[in-house]
Amino acid sequence: MAIALSRPARRRLRTLGFLSPWLIGFSVFFAYPLLATVYFSFMHYNQIKAPTFVGLRNWKYVFQDMPLFGPALWNTLWLVVVMVALRVVFGLSLGLLVTKIKSGVGFFRTAFYLPYLAPPVAATVAFVFLLNPATGPVNEVLAKIGIDGPNWFNDPTWAKPSLVLLSLWGIGDLMVIFMAALLDVPKEQYEAAELDGAGAFSKFRYVTWPSITPIVMFAVVTGVVQTMQYYTQALVAGKIASGVSIGPGSVIQPGYPDHSTLTVPQLVYSMGFQNFNTGAACVLSLVLFVIAMAVTMLLMRKRSGLLSAED
Amino acid sequence: MTTTTLRPAASADATAGATGDDGPGRPRRKEILNWIAVHSIAIAVALLFILPFVFVFLTSVMADDQAMSGDLWPDSWHWENYRTVFETDGFLDWWRNSIFYAVVGTLFTVCSAIPVAYALAKFRFRGRRTAMILVISTMMLPPQVIVIPMYLVWAQQFHLSGTLWPLIIPMAFGDAYSIFLLRQFLLTIPKEYIESAKVDGCGELRTLLKIVVPMAKPGIAAIALFQFFYCWNDYFGPQIYAAQNPASWTLSYGLESFKSAHSVNWNLTMAATLLVMAPVCIVFFFAQKAFVEGVTLTGVKG
Repeated sequence: MAIALSRPARRRLRTLGFLSPWLIGFSVFFAYPLLATVYFSFMHYNQIKAPTFVGLRNWKYVFQDMPLFGPALWNTLWLVVVMVALRVVFGLSLGLLVTKIKSGVGFFRTAFYLPYLAPPVAATVAFVFLLNPATGPVNEVLAKIGIDGPNWFNDPTWAKPSLVLLSLWGIGDLMVIFMAALLDVPKEQYEAAELDGAGAFSKFRYVTWPSITPIVMFAVVTGVVQTMQYYTQALVAGKIASGVSIGPGSVIQPGYPDHSTLTVPQLVYSMGFQNFNTGAACVLSLVLFVIAMAVTMLLMRKRSGLLSAED
Repeated sequence: MTTTTLRPAASADATAGATGDDGPGRPRRKEILNWIAVHSIAIAVALLFILPFVFVFLTSVMADDQAMSGDLWPDSWHWENYRTVFETDGFLDWWRNSIFYAVVGTLFTVCSAIPVAYALAKFRFRGRRTAMILVISTMMLPPQVIVIPMYLVWAQQFHLSGTLWPLIIPMAFGDAYSIFLLRQFLLTIPKEYIESAKVDGCGELRTLLKIVVPMAKPGIAAIALFQFFYCWNDYFGPQIYAAQNPASWTLSYGLESFKSAHSVNWNLTMAATLLVMAPVCIVFFFAQKAFVEGVTLTGVKG
């Protein structure tokens, strides 16, 4: 009132005021470091001496000469495909199961949900113990029913499937999302389908599935982005299973056994903070960025529920 | 709490099904068989989900040598393992750091997310859609994408590596995931409430604090919980900034080194593991409803 500003100008100022925490956060903690990552990807920089321009040398190094880039990218993509597919199928099945339960829904839902809450490090440490080939309870139980259990986290072929198992144990979030979507399917449609003589399969195929596809799409895309940043579980599992004594500052090769659990985010860390090859680490970051961005664009294009209620 | 909302619907459904079918004998039997099938599967799956907790717990109270043996049931119960864990060097510090990181981080996140989410949900301005797209994009990006320049700034300009501040300070400037989630929640508050407050002469800020915030309590509770768990579980962040300084380690980061300090004492490691999980489970039991609603909101209520 004291300040002579036109109404639209006041409104613009008000909007800016409310948005200011995010505007500052976005520029300082997101836009700036992203540009700096691009800048460093063209520099040779060991974090001690001043950076020097090397053109595309870091890029060439990562894509042509870096021995661990191939395995890391392969493992990350393997996890993206297998983990996301199994998580969606398993999460949907569990959601369906929960909606069919007539007594004790609360108990079952909590039981299925609880593992999702376990902190990733704690869950991983627990799983490495449970799946320990020599002394773990899982192989002990398997032996009792006559199955010779695999070496799980200590076998390059079984290490990634063990991580998948760990992630399926923490399926609770997807279960809840699918459960809510399934409860939202209009009841009348099922009744109409029943009148037409539809069996359980046709009901799922022609009534349930069309109305939950946006949620399935959402689960797939967010799952892909989450798995692109898969880090903690793979790193901790590798470290604990290797049995190497790791004090602070000690450098171990990540991805035990035989780089089978090495992911791109782990490679970013080890390049940037253990080898101090800032340029290569930034190239790897940008590889992650490009893939995650492409998936996010897809998410927003397909109207998978994220932006559909724009107003 | 959500149990009570679901149970009546489920049982009503069951009775409707029983009376709705024409044949008196056959549908009932089919329904009972169905009930048995569904519940047997549910019990089997629930067992698989709960057994890891049981094994971890049983090992956590075993004697040192039995914990190495692969036995499933403890010969004698060693509750003092939990005391030993607490008396381990650093464990209490890590506990304190985790709580500090989680509480202050959550507070910062909530305070900064409220005005931003409100503006994105209720103001009309040019660039609103672009702003939302940018929020979602940052929400989707792996933290590794920007970590290196960020680390260099905090370490070289501000000399804050070795502390948790580089993780906490950015939370005062809006966390994309919380903004997005809270905005989705605020969209469900009818315009009329806000308009009538303005008719009564409330300014924008007063409307937000007196009308919107009280109505948005469940949404705010959900983002607070998510952020608390995020901080509590965070491993990558503390590894980047606190790794060189054990006095700044959090439980999630310290837990993994616990093993090496004691050369795989699985009983103590499992006791420590359960102690790291405990606060999360306790918070969940008190705030189950807000939590489940939050999860649902992200996925479903676009």
